[in-house]
Amino acid sequence: MLAKRIIPCLDVRDGKVTKGVQFLENVDVGDPVAMARYYYEQGADEIVFYDITASNERRGIMIEVVRAVAREIFIPFSVGGGLRTLDDMRAVLLAGAEKVSIDSGAVRNPAIIAEGARAFGSQCMVLSMQVRRGAPSERFPSGCEVVIDGGRTPTGRDALGWAREGERLGAGELCINSIDRDGTKAGYDLDVTRLISESVAIPVIASGGAGEPKHLYEAFTAGAADAAIVASIVHYGEHPIPDLKRYLRGRGVEVRDAAGMERSAK
Amino acid sequence: MIAIVDYKAGNLTSVARALDHLGHRCEITDRAERIRAADRVIIPGVGAAGATMENLIALELIDVLRDEVARAGKLFLGICIGIQVLLDRSVEDHADCLGIIPGEVVRFPASVDGRPLKVPQIGWNRVRQSRAHPMFAGVPDNSHFYFVNSYYPVPADSAITIATSDYGVTFTAAIARDNVIATQFHLEKSGTAGLRMLDNFCRLKV
Repeated sequence: MLAKRIIPCLDVRDGKVTKGVQFLENVDVGDPVAMARYYYEQGADEIVFYDITASNERRGIMIEVVRAVAREIFIPFSVGGGLRTLDDMRAVLLAGAEKVSIDSGAVRNPAIIAEGARAFGSQCMVLSMQVRRGAPSERFPSGCEVVIDGGRTPTGRDALGWAREGERLGAGELCINSIDRDGTKAGYDLDVTRLISESVAIPVIASGGAGEPKHLYEAFTAGAADAAIVASIVHYGEHPIPDLKRYLRGRGVEVRDAAGMERSAK
Repeated sequence: MIAIVDYKAGNLTSVARALDHLGHRCEITDRAERIRAADRVIIPGVGAAGATMENLIALELIDVLRDEVARAGKLFLGICIGIQVLLDRSVEDHADCLGIIPGEVVRFPASVDGRPLKVPQIGWNRVRQSRAHPMFAGVPDNSHFYFVNSYYPVPADSAITIATSDYGVTFTAAIARDNVIATQFHLEKSGTAGLRMLDNFCRLKV
């Protein structure tokens, strides 16, 4: 049986970690490489970086970050944000990322999922989707619509329909990010996560809303998620990853026991 | 020097980075003479069996691998696709493989007991050490390792299996026969436990 994965998420702009993180032990929280190493040693099962750099001219900075991170941590990590072409993806993968995460770019050009899967393998391709809950309707049977551009632009696509299409096109994993729950600390949107997880044959990652340890437990049980993205719940040091794992293990959830070993290796 | 075989696919650099981190000298190469000159050879990777074999054939590396690994007894480590190409054949792409280890590569079932099984397996799974081996020095039994695979090896001689894992079925996760070591899981992406096994491989004596 696979362990449920806990995946810290770091937003990076112009090569610096931006929001969410204030202070963690004596780590330079602005430095994505130091942060990645910190979470690696804490026992993170994977790390995701979202590049929110606005200007195209400065995108090369992220490649340098990826290269530096890859020298420091020896678990999978993915990079998302602004990847539109095969060349964008190739640059990130060659720099050392295990996976790429595509979001708005895939909605605008779904063929990129199939092209990426063919070029690099499905296991590299994470389709990340932002979803917003509304009333279930004929158009949105899942009760959730896919939105892009940080929630500003509705797409008219049903969340479940897009998830199935993404799988068919060759995505290796799906990340379901609830716009309604993002930043609320009210827990993941369990309904849409479970609905999608039980309808596809690829792993599903819950995202948006984790504020307490029980929210992860819910994501892995009621939400049927294979993995969960965590941000503020770990960034402020209130619930370190080893504590989250201890809590989950105590409630019968299979998680990877790594923290002791990562530290003892130093 | 450790030769990492460059078969034009997969994540060759991540294995090289892990070896660098451990302080072992390695070289990514697609040249037969560099593989002959190396004291250890690694085939890492992500990829499909058919494409991997096609690339090894196109690069004219089949003979050197069979000579050095099967006949000369050079220390060899296969990772992920690198364990699969060691066997006779794979159901993936109906590929004929290197045939250094008798056996074949099969696909995970689509469902188990009527419940669908997510394939590929992507994530951390426990690895049960089924017999003692120096590759496991310092690695606790049942440690988690990172897997990405739809297929798994079935060696004809089950005695060469040194570790198993469960994913719908119980499958061979690592093998060892004399100088030939291979793992289905990604040592270079499995945190400290994986680094430890890579380091153990670099210190093995035939």
